[in-house]
Amino acid sequence: MGLKEKDRICKTKKLEGSGRRKRGGSRGLWFLAPSLLGVGYLVLLPTGDVLRRSFTTALSGQWVGLANYGNVLTNPAFRLAAGNTLRFLGLCLPLLLALSLLLALVVCQIPRLERFKALYLLPMAVPAATVVLVWRLLFSKQGFLNAWMGTHVDFMGERTALLILVGSYVWKNLGYTMVLWLAGLKAIPAQLTEAARVDGAGRVRCFFRITLPNLKGSAYTITVLSMLNAFKSFREAYLVSGAYPQEDIYLLQHLFQNWYTKLDMDKLAAGAILMALALGALSLLLQRLWDRAGDESGG
Amino acid sequence: MAGMKFQTRFGKDENGNGGMVVKKKLSKYLLGVVFIGLGAIICLPVLLLASGSLADSLEWRQRAMGYLRDNQEYITWRWIPAYPTLEHYKRLLFLSPAFFRLFWNSLGMTGSILLGQLVVAVPAAWAFAVYRFRGRNVLFSLYVILMLLPFQVTMLSKYLVLQAVGLIDTRWAMILPAIFSTFPVFLIYRSFAGIPAELLEAARVDGAGEWQSFIRVGLPAAQGGILAAMILSFLESWNMMEEPLTFLQDKSLWPLSLYLPEIAMDQAGYACGASVITLAVSLFVFAIFHDALEQGIITSGLKA
Repeated sequence: MGLKEKDRICKTKKLEGSGRRKRGGSRGLWFLAPSLLGVGYLVLLPTGDVLRRSFTTALSGQWVGLANYGNVLTNPAFRLAAGNTLRFLGLCLPLLLALSLLLALVVCQIPRLERFKALYLLPMAVPAATVVLVWRLLFSKQGFLNAWMGTHVDFMGERTALLILVGSYVWKNLGYTMVLWLAGLKAIPAQLTEAARVDGAGRVRCFFRITLPNLKGSAYTITVLSMLNAFKSFREAYLVSGAYPQEDIYLLQHLFQNWYTKLDMDKLAAGAILMALALGALSLLLQRLWDRAGDESGG
Repeated sequence: MAGMKFQTRFGKDENGNGGMVVKKKLSKYLLGVVFIGLGAIICLPVLLLASGSLADSLEWRQRAMGYLRDNQEYITWRWIPAYPTLEHYKRLLFLSPAFFRLFWNSLGMTGSILLGQLVVAVPAAWAFAVYRFRGRNVLFSLYVILMLLPFQVTMLSKYLVLQAVGLIDTRWAMILPAIFSTFPVFLIYRSFAGIPAELLEAARVDGAGEWQSFIRVGLPAAQGGILAAMILSFLESWNMMEEPLTFLQDKSLWPLSLYLPEIAMDQAGYACGASVITLAVSLFVFAIFHDALEQGIITSGLKA
């Protein structure tokens, strides 16, 4: 680790993309073919079918144009779930990204802490059902938290449910995200920060002027992976309170699951297409931001 | 070590500006303590389960009386059970054929998924990282988007295709879609993209074909990243929940991850034991490959 690693990272960064095979590139398709065939058959083709269904009625298959989309968008449950999902992402992503970056900065300052990172990675391995068991012990009406406060509040049935969900997301992903940030931090050439310090820049200034801009590139990957993991929080929410949890944590995933159970395939199709479009747009936006950040920092 | 730190606290260093240096050292020390303390707190739930799995059923019934009867009595806790016992483990491992079957279901399913991903995702990642074919960027963006979609969004399309080929209610309903998940492609891509172009060029000059460059240069260089992606895939498959719930009616095919939620709270000790065993397999993988996982995460986190 240390210098050698840094050196290697810097080198690969510089060489990145300079001499990739442009001619004969189509030969690469042979390597991609198995994956592409599978993805095409299992995902893309049926998605075409879903798209078709989103324009027809569930039972008779009659063409109804955009009516399903209209139904979905005016559906109160959809609005509630979409709002909740946005709020959940808006709460848990910044919290996780900031907290894990802070921890990564601490480890960067004190390299001796490297070996304690494993403590933070442990929750990754804990299955959702197990998390739920711990939740019951901690947050139920007779749980430890109530015993400690001398109350009898059903924390999972009140507005605090959202906080519990956010908390368990952060708990589960803190270590993973911290390690990702650490990688980004280690890839910043030490000379950059040192030069700035010599020029008299304070620690805080250094962080905002040098460290943060140089992290923009890794921020893309980290945000994408954190978002991916945020959608997995549904499992805990579902296991602890089933298909209809406390109103604040009724996510789009609950709604889709319920439409599926009730065989509301037309709504499900339109909803799925809408969410896929939204996530696609978001992902492209992030990628655009990331590319621009890459140009600016000269990577 | 603490003693030494405190000694310097009141002394001064050669430059005479001891205050600053010592303050800095002390704050680093405190920061370290906070870091380790927070880490320990993060691990507490796992200890809670481990301790709970050793308390016998009777003790659990007493502890959770309030919860079971839903009255005002709080759940009580002792880190060291009054009568430590292995009864739950004995019951799980020797007296519950269901648990055993589900355990092997999970193992078989996870193994098949990992094997399939190795065959499919690794070459795909190589293609994206090394070749510049037409449509590459579009396809890669598509892969990223597909990776981001939660299960519930692709549920209907998966159901339609699995229904069409008659795989609903078979193991393949879980294995096949997972093999073609684009997540490992995204992760492994980064490690391949980090290979210096010179190395690839050199291999080519030496007369290595496309396939040989992949085997001889690509695979060894991306070993860490591949391993890390496989560990993440392992955790993902081992804890898979929505897919079997949706596509499997036949409970005899269920994976272990669905066994846990089935155990009611009146068997909390048993549930803790089942949790510990489910977790133990993950921890085992985790302990062996811990460094590889970290290194792999590092390569996957790099901008490429």
